[in-house]
Amino acid sequence: MTLVQNLTLFVLSAFVGYEIITKIPTNLHTPLMSGANAISGVTLLGSVVVAGSGSTLLATALGFAAVVMATINVVGGYLVSHFMLDQFSQRGK
Amino acid sequence: MAGVIGGLPDAVLQFAYLIAGILFIQGLRDMTHPRTATRGNGISSLGMFVAVAVTVLWFEILSPLVLAAALLVGGGIGAWLAVRVETTEMPQLVGLFNGFGGGASALVAGAELVDLTASGGGLPVGVTVTAAIAGLIGSVTFWGSLVAAGKLHGLVGDSPVSTNAGHGIKVVTLLLALAGGGTLVVQPGLVGGGLAEIVPSYWVLVVAASVLGVFLVVPIGGADMPVVIALLNSYSGLAAATTGFVLDNTVLIVAGTLVGASGLILTVIMCESMNRSLVNVLFGGLGSDEESEDMADIYEGNISETSAEEVEMLLDVADRVVIVPGYGMAVAQAQHAVAELVELLEEDGVDVEFGIHPVAGRMPGHMNALLAEADVPYDKMRELEEVNPTFSQTDVVIVTGANDVVNPMANTDDSSPIAGMPVLNVGEARSVIVNKRSLSPGFSGIPNPLFAQDNTSMFFGDAKASMQELVNVYKESR
Repeated sequence: MTLVQNLTLFVLSAFVGYEIITKIPTNLHTPLMSGANAISGVTLLGSVVVAGSGSTLLATALGFAAVVMATINVVGGYLVSHFMLDQFSQRGK
Repeated sequence: MAGVIGGLPDAVLQFAYLIAGILFIQGLRDMTHPRTATRGNGISSLGMFVAVAVTVLWFEILSPLVLAAALLVGGGIGAWLAVRVETTEMPQLVGLFNGFGGGASALVAGAELVDLTASGGGLPVGVTVTAAIAGLIGSVTFWGSLVAAGKLHGLVGDSPVSTNAGHGIKVVTLLLALAGGGTLVVQPGLVGGGLAEIVPSYWVLVVAASVLGVFLVVPIGGADMPVVIALLNSYSGLAAATTGFVLDNTVLIVAGTLVGASGLILTVIMCESMNRSLVNVLFGGLGSDEESEDMADIYEGNISETSAEEVEMLLDVADRVVIVPGYGMAVAQAQHAVAELVELLEEDGVDVEFGIHPVAGRMPGHMNALLAEADVPYDKMRELEEVNPTFSQTDVVIVTGANDVVNPMANTDDSSPIAGMPVLNVGEARSVIVNKRSLSPGFSGIPNPLFAQDNTSMFFGDAKASMQELVNVYKESR
């Protein structure tokens, strides 16, 4: 992939994000934030590759720390949003 | 050699990433309504699972044990934190998670640089530029989030401080970080010998950016945290997206950018709700010392105090009641008592709604999340624009733990620090009950003429205790 292709993806995603997020009601801003937060843990993919295949000890160690941090972000973020959203759906029907 | 399914054509990996991207987007789309939001969160997490699983299977994993251990440790800590958190601690936890995401991005970019250097492949400009950006944003996010979480948890002082020395440190560390990044791009092999392998210029950047992150957030006051948390949220997404540029990974770019957009939009909403610019929130700091004299002038002889019994009498004859919660409700954990009061009033046929200011609390949507925890239906929570026109037809407004967001000075006094900030015009209601511990000013440090209005009565006390007392009195008199 070239830099320009990546940039294309970046710009288009930004527009999609803008269109969707502006439609989300204030009520859901906290779960949105923690959910979005969990998505930002997608950097875990990068950490996985580096941790698993690091050719030097340093790269592996850095990758290990990165995987731990990103997984905390992903797992914790999704769980917290789930608990919160559960409370929203319980009575709002 | 490649991973388990690494023999398949590259298109398979890209296709799986496309699916993950679609799941992320659909997950966010479902967040536009409370009814579908839980499903949306599930869809989004499925996307994450697909992306991670494919990645693990695809790439050559030299040390599966290391990877499995890291995933287990991280997953365990994350789940443990999520399960044991109290709703009132939510803002700091969200901030903390956020920081970890940013920190991971900075570490990954660093590890990739180390890896590329070690394998002797040299560092292409595209990689070094994006790695420098990921390192800068990631480190600022990590340390900034830690400080923000510390402030929200009460570990770090949460008053706004703006000093010239602080601004100086920010400038110096930013320049240092930029110098590190510049060196990385222009002359990656500046330091020869054994040191070159660890790519020292990158770590200079990371350390400088870390200090910068700390000093960016330390001076910002607690009430401005919704902006900071939303902004850091955006940063962690951008850090992930730039890491995607470093690794040429499409789903990282898509997902990271979605989060970046989300955080940025929330940041803008928060700033507009305070009528302040982002620059003012981040670098301004509110002045607050000169006003104490007016305060006595405004309040002197004009404050009427009330009791639970008197409030109960007002509620008895009310047809419409609006409750305006603020951070004080969160601190006192009064949401359950408030919800109980609402339930009682509704049983008696009173129309009750909540008027929620966008920046009430310590993170976007904070009040809504707390009230949802106390089983308040979301259709009772009204936004500022919806509820403001209704105050003139409202019999009783109960303000609990809020101050600046109901201060009429925002509309009347152009010189006040909150001038132009959209506020809830509760003073238009027939009676206003303000539940507060004392007359002390809110975050802006200015007096609130609302308290001195003829139709306002002060119901002094801790939010939880006061609301509970009100509930008890109301029950007895039925």
